[in-house]
Amino acid sequence: MTKTENYTLNFGPQHPAAHGVLRLVLELDGEIVKRADPHIGLLHRGTEKLIENKTYIQALPYFDRLDYVSPMCQEHAYALAIEKLLQINVPKRGQYIRVLFSEITRILNHILNITTFALDVGAMTPFLWLFEDREILMEFYERVSGSRLHSAYFRPGGVHRDIPDGLTDDIENFCEKFTSHIDDTEKLIEKNRIFRQRSVGIGKISVNDALEWGFSGPCIRASGLNWDLRKKQPYDCYNEMDFKVPTGSTGDCFERFLVRVEEMRQSLSIIRQCLKNIPDGPSISNDPRIVPPKREIMKESMESLINHFKLFTEGFHVPPGETYTAVEAPKGEFGVLLISDGTNKPYRCKIRSPGFPFLQATEFLSKGHMLSDLVAIIGSLDIVFGEIDR
Amino acid sequence: MSHRKHDKFILEMKDLIKSLMTFCKPKISIINNEISIFIQDKEILKTLMFFKDNPSFNMHTLIDFTAVDYPNEEKRFLLIYNLLSVSKNFRIKIKTWVPIDKPVSSVTEIFPCANWYEREAWDLFGIRFVGHPDLRRILTDYDFDGHPLRKDFPLIGFTQVKFDDELGKVISEPVKLEQEYRTFDNLSPWEGMSKILPGDEKSEKLDD
Repeated sequence: MTKTENYTLNFGPQHPAAHGVLRLVLELDGEIVKRADPHIGLLHRGTEKLIENKTYIQALPYFDRLDYVSPMCQEHAYALAIEKLLQINVPKRGQYIRVLFSEITRILNHILNITTFALDVGAMTPFLWLFEDREILMEFYERVSGSRLHSAYFRPGGVHRDIPDGLTDDIENFCEKFTSHIDDTEKLIEKNRIFRQRSVGIGKISVNDALEWGFSGPCIRASGLNWDLRKKQPYDCYNEMDFKVPTGSTGDCFERFLVRVEEMRQSLSIIRQCLKNIPDGPSISNDPRIVPPKREIMKESMESLINHFKLFTEGFHVPPGETYTAVEAPKGEFGVLLISDGTNKPYRCKIRSPGFPFLQATEFLSKGHMLSDLVAIIGSLDIVFGEIDR
Repeated sequence: MSHRKHDKFILEMKDLIKSLMTFCKPKISIINNEISIFIQDKEILKTLMFFKDNPSFNMHTLIDFTAVDYPNEEKRFLLIYNLLSVSKNFRIKIKTWVPIDKPVSSVTEIFPCANWYEREAWDLFGIRFVGHPDLRRILTDYDFDGHPLRKDFPLIGFTQVKFDDELGKVISEPVKLEQEYRTFDNLSPWEGMSKILPGDEKSEKLDD
């Protein structure tokens, strides 16, 4: 009998299936993964350090750059944290717009994840189909905030500005068309033999293991736990929305995919409810300590001009305190631990990204699987390096 | 209504924690409706074990772990363990102060996901963990020196990397800025606008 030796393989950091700059050091026995050691930090930009040196408002755009496929949900967490510390309320219309765009963000994120996951395991068509819709959604982003990705739209106290005329109709039209696109895509790959062979029973995780590994979001729901912060710890106007939380049972790659598909349908339903029930009124709080004055007023009022200048140079002061505020971002629980010392800059801002524990569990999930299954596992966990490396 | 219910729930939980945590003397505080428990650093393992196993809490998830640097304090770092109970639907933060030169016991045995969080705390703050299986740097570069999230670490850092054409490899050298890094100290006694704009009271007087 010949003696065999395990060999070590460097997977990434420039690998199309690594979803970014992931460097995985793999120990392989033939094709079986024995050990997987992810090396992260290749996209580390020191966001937390930078935030400590910026005023509260200046720090907000950094949140778009964390998980760059679901920017607004992260702004949401940060805005909520500041509002909690300042104890200000958001007008109802502002809350509705935020929820509306959080759900659009969820669809944006899930389109990317589902289609690239399918691409990883060999299905090219969904990617080509759904990215067209993704582009339309990003146009909505652009119309409301001025940019497709780094929107900086959710501000402490509400949203930057009200939605433009005609946008609600266009979103409604989109919802109508998109429902059938989801159905088509699901029909195309859900029963597909290759897709099932590559994903059913791969990367299984039980509820208890998932909890211990810090899982959240679709990944823990796929294991069968009904846990959604939008339901359990509702923020903004999520308690007025009627939606279901899809759960799986086995917690494998296939169930994670199914949960995300169903979540897109629920998001569409929430979007429709928002469009139907959105109240009139201001979209941002009128507290002049936090919210800049309107342009029209600034042209006439000296005090407003000074107020605007001071808000964008010095910023506002946040009373000493701390909070951990979490939202249900598309990937899972995105939390901000914000500690203020009474000045205009955060003393410490810890960002809890959902992807960090997911990637950490890669070794646990992939041990004993084939090398090609590892690609499916990484794809199904929904990993984006902007938020992991921070 | 639901807010008031939640407040009551938090207060009940505080009393429950107080009555059940008999093995040490915790200091419990509520800030913004979030429970924080201050303990001694030698009680970390016991406390986390207690909250994980006690059926009244069932805190199976360490959702987050981090440190905060307070350079002027005698014990410099504040460690924050953020626990979540899915079955009871509530969170607590367990906090402990540790001095700069004292290693902390690792909690990877209790929560496997603490592994990377502790590596991160080591990398960014320089806190050592005893009993950690693999305490390497995680976020910074392979040959990085220093702990960037400490308050005495400058924002621009100490070194910069570039590709050296002559040597044909990436080298790191002391940081050199073309333009002085500008920080504006905008702090002023200005407390921000109040709800009433200054001068508004005069207009009312005129009306009288």
